[in-house]
Amino acid sequence: MPEPMGFYTDTTVCIGCKACEVACKEWNQLPSTNGGVNTLSGDSYDNTRRLDGIHWRHVKFVEQFAEDRKDGRWLLMSDVCKHCVHAACLEVCPTGAIIRTEFDTVVIQSDACNGCRDCIAACPFGVIDINPVSHTAQKCTLCYDRLQGGMEPACSKACPTKSIQFGTIRELRERAQTRVEQLHRTGENRAYLYGADEKMLGGLNSFYLLVDQPEVYGLPPDPKMPTRNLIPASIYAVLGAIVVGIAGIFSFRNRGAKEDREARP
Amino acid sequence: MTGVPSSTWFSAAPHWEWLIALYFFLGGLAGGSYFLSALIDLFGSREHRPLAHLGYYVAFPCLALSGLLLAVDLGRPLRAWHMFIQSNTYRPMFKYWSPMSIGSWALAILGFFAFLSFLAALAEDGPIRWSGLRTLRAPSPVGRIIAVLGGFFGFYVAGYTGVLLAVTNRPIWSDTPLLGLLFIVSAASTSSALMILLAYRSGRTTPAVADLHRLDDWVIALELLVLIAVMVSLGPVLSAWLNVWGILLAIVIVLGMIAPLVLSWRARRFHQVTLATPALLVLVGGFLLRVVIVFSAQSV
Repeated sequence: MPEPMGFYTDTTVCIGCKACEVACKEWNQLPSTNGGVNTLSGDSYDNTRRLDGIHWRHVKFVEQFAEDRKDGRWLLMSDVCKHCVHAACLEVCPTGAIIRTEFDTVVIQSDACNGCRDCIAACPFGVIDINPVSHTAQKCTLCYDRLQGGMEPACSKACPTKSIQFGTIRELRERAQTRVEQLHRTGENRAYLYGADEKMLGGLNSFYLLVDQPEVYGLPPDPKMPTRNLIPASIYAVLGAIVVGIAGIFSFRNRGAKEDREARP
Repeated sequence: MTGVPSSTWFSAAPHWEWLIALYFFLGGLAGGSYFLSALIDLFGSREHRPLAHLGYYVAFPCLALSGLLLAVDLGRPLRAWHMFIQSNTYRPMFKYWSPMSIGSWALAILGFFAFLSFLAALAEDGPIRWSGLRTLRAPSPVGRIIAVLGGFFGFYVAGYTGVLLAVTNRPIWSDTPLLGLLFIVSAASTSSALMILLAYRSGRTTPAVADLHRLDDWVIALELLVLIAVMVSLGPVLSAWLNVWGILLAIVIVLGMIAPLVLSWRARRFHQVTLATPALLVLVGGFLLRVVIVFSAQSV
């Protein structure tokens, strides 16, 4: 059994080249949108907009500039499925199409998925969507096929700045911690790790080094499991059923009892 | 994306649209009608029995249509059976912690019981001349068992859809644990309303319909309270309804809940017989309530 594997994305060295997006699309044979015609989003240099069924890597461009533009910075982040240790998508999937692999990654088996889309609503990060070609839910597989062949995922292989790093979770966490300390020493005190420990969904097997609030990068500050609501919602529903049931029994029973009384001599 | 009221704002919409909203409505009607009919069979008098027939006539066709809607809504409709059997091992597929998984089974099981009761009702009313089928209906022991089990699954189908929405990470849906409760109460009110309407149309206006009316009034009042509780439990997330969906919800409250209660009260007080109008309003309101809940959470 191999060790848990994953990604560590150091957003401070991302240059927004989108090599990861291209490498992912090429390896996984993902189609282009709009027949390949480039449509401008009007949102900085981002024209693929978000993660979905045909974009399994997405580079986010966050422009933070003062009104007078004297001061400012770019925040760039290559986003991807987080391969959560406690995975919301896997938990709700009613067909068993979503599995945890021997590398502790989360993969949707396209031949088993029937496109019910429960996983899309469950994922706290908005990672999954329907692929318009297969009509099934799809997302990053952490290049399961390449991993099985002893290769590293296409995106991290293509990344020219080592913003995306692939390896065992244990080693990546050590490397990321060292990098945070280095940044703190050089005065970048805002640097911190997002999802690098068990507190967030048991740990994200794709975690990030960020220098601003998670929301700024489009990441939820407090992602939760969907099943947190299962017991309370069920209890309230059962209570409702009991109340309506009792009301129904009284409504129908009164007349029955009255009839019985009248029927007696 | 800063300044949003909840972490649920970062999830994606699952594109559950009109087919699903319609299923939530029909599933509620099917489950609720079966449940009410089962209650009538188990606890009601002889006078109520024709009313129960109406519920059984509603439940089975609604369930058949529901199954069709759900399959068509899938990305791959021919793989609908993957909900029941694992496609790679051919073993049964069942996840008790996934509302969609249990819901699929519950829908199929309710469909089975609803079919039996549908046949029994047809046998009693005449179209099917096979008296053996009548044993599928209470007061026979087999009929009682069918009513109890079917009634249980009826309420399950009516309510699990709300729990299913709660067990996601979408805004509104997963920000309150009360949607299952709301759907159950709403299923009871819409089912009573439909049975009342059908009773009028089919001329089965026995005094027993008055019992259904009274029950419906109580349940609509309860539904209004539950909806208020939903709003309170949403807290800051309520801002997601400050748009066209909030307006539609207000219309649902006024025309689908308050107006039927007032009309029904006036009818009883002044002995007018315009009871079909409140029932119609409740039905339309129940459908629009599901439209608001399904669509508003996905337009965030």
